[in-house]
Amino acid sequence: MAWVQIPLSAFLYFLVGGLSSERNYGGEKGRFGVLLFLLFLVKVSALYILDARGRVLISRNYRGDVPVDVISQVKLKVIEAEDDSSTKPILHDEQRGYSLAFIKVADIFLVAVTRTNANAALMLSFLYRVVLVFREYFKDVEEESIRDNFVLIYELLDEMMDFGFPQSTESKVLQEYITQERHVLESPRPPIAVTNAVSWRSEGVKHQRNEVFLDVIEKVNLLVGANGNLLYSEILGQMKMKSYLSGMPELKLGLNDKLQFEATGRPGQGRAVELEDIKFHQCVRLSRFETDRTISFIPPDGEFELMSYRLSTPMRPLIWVDAMIEFHPYRVNYTINVRAQFKPKYTANSVKIHIPTPPDADTPSFKSASGRVKYTPEKDVVVWSLKHLHGGQELVVRGYFGLPSIPSSENREQAVRRPISVEFEIPYFTVSGLQVRYLKIIEKSGYRALPWITN
Amino acid sequence: MPDSKYFSTTNRGELFELKQQLNSHSNRSKRDALKQVIASMTVGKDVSSLFTDVLNCMQTVDLELKKLVYLYLINYAKTQPDLAILAVNTFVKDASDPNPLIRTLALRTMGCIQLTRISEYLCEPLRRALKDADPYVRKTAAICVAKLYEVDPALVSEYGFIGVLKELILDSSPMVVANAIAALGEIDDSLPGTLELRPNLVSGLLQCLNDCSEWGQIFIIDAVSSYVPSGTEEAESIIERLLPRLQHANAAVVLSSMKVIVKNLKYIKSVEFARMVQKKLGAPLVTLVSAEPEVQYVALRNINLLVRKYPEILQNEFKAFFCKYNDPPYIKEEKLEILVRLANDDNATKIISECKEYAAEVDVGFVRASIRAIGRIALKIEAAANKCVECLLDLVRTRVVYVVQESIVVMKDIMRRYPNEFEGAIPVLCENLEALDEPNARASLIWIIGEYADRIENIVELVESFLENFQDESVQVQQQLLTCATKVYLKCNGSCKVSLEKILNDSMKNSDNADLRDRAFFYSRLLQTDKELAKSVVLSRKPRIVNSQQDLDDSLLNTLLDEMGSLASVFHRSPHVFLANSKPLPQVSVVDEEWKEQNSEVLSDDILELSLSDKQQVADINHGIGKSSVDELFDLRGAEPTSSQKSSEQNNDLLSLIDDLFSNSATQKNTAVSSEHYESPEKRVRLLLPASKARGLEISGVFTIEGDKVQYILKLQNESNETMRENAIQFNKNLLGMIPSRSKLDVDQLKPKESVICKIDLRYVPSEKDSKKGLIFQMALKNDICGVVYFGDKLDESNLIVFLQAEHIGKLSKQAFLDEWNNIGSSHEVVKRISVPTGVSLPGYFVEKLYPLKVFQVASSPSRLCYFSARVMEEIFILVELHWTDKSNDVELSLRCNSVVELLRIFEHLIERALSK
Repeated sequence: MAWVQIPLSAFLYFLVGGLSSERNYGGEKGRFGVLLFLLFLVKVSALYILDARGRVLISRNYRGDVPVDVISQVKLKVIEAEDDSSTKPILHDEQRGYSLAFIKVADIFLVAVTRTNANAALMLSFLYRVVLVFREYFKDVEEESIRDNFVLIYELLDEMMDFGFPQSTESKVLQEYITQERHVLESPRPPIAVTNAVSWRSEGVKHQRNEVFLDVIEKVNLLVGANGNLLYSEILGQMKMKSYLSGMPELKLGLNDKLQFEATGRPGQGRAVELEDIKFHQCVRLSRFETDRTISFIPPDGEFELMSYRLSTPMRPLIWVDAMIEFHPYRVNYTINVRAQFKPKYTANSVKIHIPTPPDADTPSFKSASGRVKYTPEKDVVVWSLKHLHGGQELVVRGYFGLPSIPSSENREQAVRRPISVEFEIPYFTVSGLQVRYLKIIEKSGYRALPWITN
Repeated sequence: MPDSKYFSTTNRGELFELKQQLNSHSNRSKRDALKQVIASMTVGKDVSSLFTDVLNCMQTVDLELKKLVYLYLINYAKTQPDLAILAVNTFVKDASDPNPLIRTLALRTMGCIQLTRISEYLCEPLRRALKDADPYVRKTAAICVAKLYEVDPALVSEYGFIGVLKELILDSSPMVVANAIAALGEIDDSLPGTLELRPNLVSGLLQCLNDCSEWGQIFIIDAVSSYVPSGTEEAESIIERLLPRLQHANAAVVLSSMKVIVKNLKYIKSVEFARMVQKKLGAPLVTLVSAEPEVQYVALRNINLLVRKYPEILQNEFKAFFCKYNDPPYIKEEKLEILVRLANDDNATKIISECKEYAAEVDVGFVRASIRAIGRIALKIEAAANKCVECLLDLVRTRVVYVVQESIVVMKDIMRRYPNEFEGAIPVLCENLEALDEPNARASLIWIIGEYADRIENIVELVESFLENFQDESVQVQQQLLTCATKVYLKCNGSCKVSLEKILNDSMKNSDNADLRDRAFFYSRLLQTDKELAKSVVLSRKPRIVNSQQDLDDSLLNTLLDEMGSLASVFHRSPHVFLANSKPLPQVSVVDEEWKEQNSEVLSDDILELSLSDKQQVADINHGIGKSSVDELFDLRGAEPTSSQKSSEQNNDLLSLIDDLFSNSATQKNTAVSSEHYESPEKRVRLLLPASKARGLEISGVFTIEGDKVQYILKLQNESNETMRENAIQFNKNLLGMIPSRSKLDVDQLKPKESVICKIDLRYVPSEKDSKKGLIFQMALKNDICGVVYFGDKLDESNLIVFLQAEHIGKLSKQAFLDEWNNIGSSHEVVKRISVPTGVSLPGYFVEKLYPLKVFQVASSPSRLCYFSARVMEEIFILVELHWTDKSNDVELSLRCNSVVELLRIFEHLIERALSK
């Protein structure tokens, strides 16, 4: 009888979210069956969309210098490669002198092919952008939707790239003049925004209620050693904004950023946070940020990620989970401890703890004093959900699975070594301690806007 | 109704029905028909027969229909060039439509149809579009110039579009600016010098970065990356402007900015500033590691490069490269690679325990890689070796078969690197004898046993048990067994004698494998001759092994850092590999096998010395170096670019001076450039073969000129621990017929860690000429330690200059020129259009620029033609014709040469560079 100590070296995921119920950003569940190629000469030569078996759905040759059979070559490589996940996202065909980069989203491939020493980072990020724009137009990007919208896709591809150079990729702006509706009386004209300095927002946006929502979502990666020591922790934060504002509003965001306090020479009231690295949406004036750490911008209309940041300061996990998994000949026992390590005045809501199980486990039997335990065989996890978890609280759940006498998969122990992940939200609290100090909205017409900040 | 229905029809009479529909009067049915046509086109059915019918739909106010027609045209115009011309009228008409969207559409589509005949009609609308009031049209027009250039460069220069593009750089719309830069950059690839970056232009461009779209930012940053700052201040200001870009959400913007920052870092004098910048690079790099996996991969490959040169940037962030559970395998592999690179005395312990955790994962490939990583850290960091061995022994105790085998292979390297330090590990390793089924692991363990034969108690039993099954082992193991048994015999006073004799005899008589047989012969003769001698050979100290992590040579590393974010940086291969249009460059590594064989007989009487398992290795030569050294040459030659006005004033004087020179036919008077004008050749030597590939001998070399003789400067650096004697060199036949005057080098001995410079006089031997060898000089060097090593140098621009300088009678008479020109014929001709600076007076400018290269004027005619000739090694002539007009700065350059085309290409670059300065 052996005790298997869990977690040995596992990542724990914590999610601290805002109050807003829509936290499932971009959680795309649609099944993809499409291949998409781009060929760059200096940049891109042509673009193909193929289905899962490599048949062409759409092809757009930007430079006319790509032999037709490139597709079959690429098809072979990528489709064959699909079985072997170790295939790198960039391949080079020495004999024929082209290289290709592809991304895989669900089971769709987007592939860019070039005949020069092209900018690989640009190719890949452009591919991701193409998916994003398609998604804004027809939600799920999959074989069916590509077929349903192929005329629109041709138009979009032409608008987003010319002669291999990426052009306008702002879906909000594109939607103003690339549409599927017929324009009988008057043809649309390109919006000024396309070529403007503010290429992400058109003028003349109108909303009845002028509102803006700001959500702070933080994800924590923890690496815990076998002895329970914290080896590595990292906070990845995102600030999601939903802006419904009229006109061309100027927004200014103030955070309790340590460097901003220093830059402005103001003594920090309360706790200040030192953000290690920040990435901004293209609407934020980077040079302004560089000089005095002010985050000022004209937001695009609708939903977007304003910024993301990273901190790797050592921190104590807010919720500590300890899972003891004990293998017997026909049974595996689980003892899961959870401890809320934050102050009692806070409460974590909708806590979900995912614990890995062996793939061949059956007949689950779990008992717990609080919360619900659900076994999800598709993912081989047990999910323990708690409505509330108060600071300082400690809870235990025990249970067991039956196991077939002959292991169906070679490695049960490996399976339960997968990371445990924990999701929860604590209103008005972030792991990093980051706080929004103010969000100023200035517009010429002088309307009053309502900022909703939920972090 | 979704469009997918268009894919489903498979009627027989499909084409006929479509034809009818296309000719109907309703726009709706035309649209439906066209959608079906496009759907068929997309899945690869041939619908080109409908060309005329589709063309008929072109004149319409229905924008959607028009777009569909245009889409069709782009795809089929090439196959129906005669019919395509019929579309031109509608294109031209649409190009002046009041709606900018339609103007743009027409222009964009016309540009995409790459037919010369269409292009002629494109020029006029394009000229208007470039000045269009709507920026949307202008930005499309800018790209269109690049399209036109690809089809017909002459038209671009005729209409002066390049000039217009340059004006567009100052446009009010940032997108137009970005596209103009992109177009100029593209043209610049085939016509260098198109995109002239002046200091104020660069700072202007950087200033407008903030207003550009993310892609526009990349165009501009990539363009700026080719700019060389005038000094430390300018470099500082470029870096300062780009630092904020590191905060951009788009990883491509971050990487491109990083590239330019790192590039400019070289010019920074202030240590503080450089340190400040380096400090700011770490965090954005770490953030890239949490991007999408594919982007992350590009980032990691680049980080891999960066940490070779600037390890301090990320040394404290090593934990960010710990593998996550769900990372794809290719990401894990890269992270491991970087972890090993970042390992130092302080963090080694942490990295090693991390790697040990990975060894318990499921993915076998990754587990093995992790174990190898531990081994590499042990080889790299002496202080960590102990910890590594501890880890490996723990892993061996897990008894997981593949873990044990890989660990043993790694242990062998460690025990070889640190002899006699870890013999305590041997019992643990030997416990697993039976489990080893991979030849590599078995061979490794046998090597260890042999090496420590005198410290193992039951050595005889152990070896005997192995020898029993000698026949069943793989060759690799058999070889190792021979060695091991011999060592045991020598170390333990003749034990195992019987079985050793048996397997030696067996191998000599019965083995099919030449290596095995040879090794057996070698040992058996050695043992018969002199046992003491055998001891000194077989039990000698092994050369120290180094970290097996692949190292790029410095010049390639620098090239790749300049190309960060590009494919080259991802594959860690020289950028030209990715150019499909350029002819594949000859591979240096192809040293003729035949020559090698002949040579090995001549040079290596002591081939037995060579370790049998080691294969001859031939170095890759980096092709990227040539450029910079040529630039240096030019600068040093004092041909600094004078301002255009000044030079036109001086030109007359200069002309007469040169005329004087020529009329005397007195090339003697000014024997071109003597060697002291160069940077000393010792400094110019380029690495040809790293020490790791030539058993501890690092070889660098360069061609140079001494007096009027061509010499080869060879720099030898002994990285091994032994003194090298009896050095000799030999050249294979080559394009120019140059071989060393004598093969022995005047270096008696080369002590460990010593380096020496040899000057090898070269002489011209016509019989050694072989034009099939391409541009490579294949060379072989022999000495008593290394045996024979093969390497090569390439005839590139800087080397060609050397050969040109060595020639005095490059000037042909007019008649001789004419004869030779006709003799060669157009099969060996290269024609190229180049542009010269504005305001220079021709042909004086040519003479001024070409004379230093020893390219001499033969004649010039009033009809704007001018002829030059040059000669390389007596028999190779290069003839130049230059033709220009008064209207533009473009000059047509025709080159003919009676040698291989590759040579012509190099010469072409040389002249082009000289003239476009």
